[in-house]
Amino acid sequence: MKILTGNDLRSGAVTWWNGTGWSLFVDDAVDVGDEAEEILAREDAARRVNVPYAIAATIDAGGHVRPAHIKDRVRALGPTVRRDLGVPTADKTGWDWVI
Amino acid sequence: MYKYDQYDQAMVDARVEEFRDQARRRIEGKLTEDQFKPLRLMNGLYLQLHAYMLRVAIPYGTLDARQMEMLADIADKYDRGYGHFTTRQNIQYNWIKLEDCADALADLATVEMHAIQTSGNCIRNISADHFAGAAADEVIDPRPYAELMRQWSSFHPEFTYLPRKFKIAVIASAKDRAAMRLHDIGIRIVKRDGEAGAQFYAGGGMGRTPMIAPLIRDFVPIDQMITYAEACLRVYNRYGRRDNKYKARIKILVHELGAAEYTRQVEEEFAHLLNVGVEPPREELARIAAHFAPPAFVDGPKTLDRSDPDFALWVDRNTHRHKHDAYVSAVISLKPAGGIPGDATADQMRVVARLARDYSFDELRVMHTQNLLLPHVRIADLHAVWTALEAAGLGAPNMDTIEDIIACPGLDYCSLANARSIPLAQRISERFAETGRTEVVGELKLKISGCINACGHHHAGHIGILGVDKKGVENYQLSLGGSEAEDVSLAKITGPGFDEDGVIAAVEKVTDVYLASRAGGERFLDTYRRIGMEPFKEALYGQ
Repeated sequence: MKILTGNDLRSGAVTWWNGTGWSLFVDDAVDVGDEAEEILAREDAARRVNVPYAIAATIDAGGHVRPAHIKDRVRALGPTVRRDLGVPTADKTGWDWVI
Repeated sequence: MYKYDQYDQAMVDARVEEFRDQARRRIEGKLTEDQFKPLRLMNGLYLQLHAYMLRVAIPYGTLDARQMEMLADIADKYDRGYGHFTTRQNIQYNWIKLEDCADALADLATVEMHAIQTSGNCIRNISADHFAGAAADEVIDPRPYAELMRQWSSFHPEFTYLPRKFKIAVIASAKDRAAMRLHDIGIRIVKRDGEAGAQFYAGGGMGRTPMIAPLIRDFVPIDQMITYAEACLRVYNRYGRRDNKYKARIKILVHELGAAEYTRQVEEEFAHLLNVGVEPPREELARIAAHFAPPAFVDGPKTLDRSDPDFALWVDRNTHRHKHDAYVSAVISLKPAGGIPGDATADQMRVVARLARDYSFDELRVMHTQNLLLPHVRIADLHAVWTALEAAGLGAPNMDTIEDIIACPGLDYCSLANARSIPLAQRISERFAETGRTEVVGELKLKISGCINACGHHHAGHIGILGVDKKGVENYQLSLGGSEAEDVSLAKITGPGFDEDGVIAAVEKVTDVYLASRAGGERFLDTYRRIGMEPFKEALYGQ
């Protein structure tokens, strides 16, 4: 699947395209398929999110969205060395798949 | 230390309001990111993995208690209760919001601090020997000259858009405690026949093409130092490459021209500039130097009670000889075993500020090794200082040992990184602390970078580790034999890389080789230089 991510313009927080807007939670990310470029162009012009881009991801057996690249997995949950500062998530297995 | 005059304060205040307007226009959508990015970088604001990151300048690593208290307040008010001290003597905040940044900068300006030129293609923070003004072996306090360079380089109209970033270090001793020859320009203040002057080294650097700066001028009279620096920058600005970001540093220019030709061009420019007259007036250096008058040291005990073995170990490891025999400089370790190198909580910063005010003439330093320093502590007060540091989790007795690891933020924070560096540092320091091997191994400078940009200085590590991306999986290259000191050398790669567990085991194996091979009081680096790479490769790869 292809999902979109960026950083919120005002706060810098990592965000994920949920189909209608931007969410802080990677599990809200939707497959944008062939519409990636169109959405990116529109959202870049809207200037809500900094430098949004498309990445590959999968859905795991638990139904959670997993970015393909390690860097985006770290972005999804937060610094591995400060889990107290990470993104709150209901995914109890989240930290297992970051690395 | 230097105190702003009305001009300094006016410039910083004006810069804050200029950035406030720029940020407002960005948030309102009137500036694109392409338009805004160079503006925010010139104010030290990056966009990293998780958030914006603000890098605050701490000129040549010197600050006072009031400024450290403000850094603590910034951490609490605008960030998440902590900051990270860097290998260029600055501090970084990892969770700044763009909408708050101007307010944070305004708060910093009230204590004579800013984030100007901590990023971008300009002259960055001037770094210096962290023992400056205290070291027994310095010929003169280098900080007035570092401050003169800071003022010269700030808002310099000609050097605002250099081909690439530019880093200058200033020292004043034979010992190099600032990695001087691994900077774009390194300056050593010397005295010849009673006259002060500057040695200039140019073309050093780490990153993807590490180079040691060659000596290009053995002695420039101190009252021509700025003119010579200007000549060096002019030649670089004119001929440094702008077609390839990865070939744009001065080290590439010096390498491609050859040191002799680069020097010839600099000397030509220098002669021209001497006629033009660009050196600041002598009165300006005198005005600046007056801010760096030594504190009113008082005599006192030169020995102390070493009956507490933990205290004695900390004294042996973490204190440095002072020019006054009743004082020492005391290192505050930000490297607790298993901790994150260089990080300090807001509460810890406040403890350090209080200690500076009470015991060190209100003066602090940030070391490029990501520790802090109380430069002037009476020997009689050392136990009280240590007790307070211990209570705050800042008393690790590990300066220059394998637990005193330099590590960049790596893939946990940095958008440029390929691999994580902090977990390695945590596991290695913990392993050596738990087994008691730290003391047995002695001096060993281990440095970890999460990518080829080498912010963790791995090229200059006695043991260096570089994180790479191997088909989406973290992998680590090990290197041996680097040094950032006056015996400067670049580390050599041992061979194929390792995964995380493998590289930690590899560090243990190479220290085993050292312990089995060392002669007399050799450090790891000395043994490596004597026996060469082969015994280490044998242990790592069984060849």
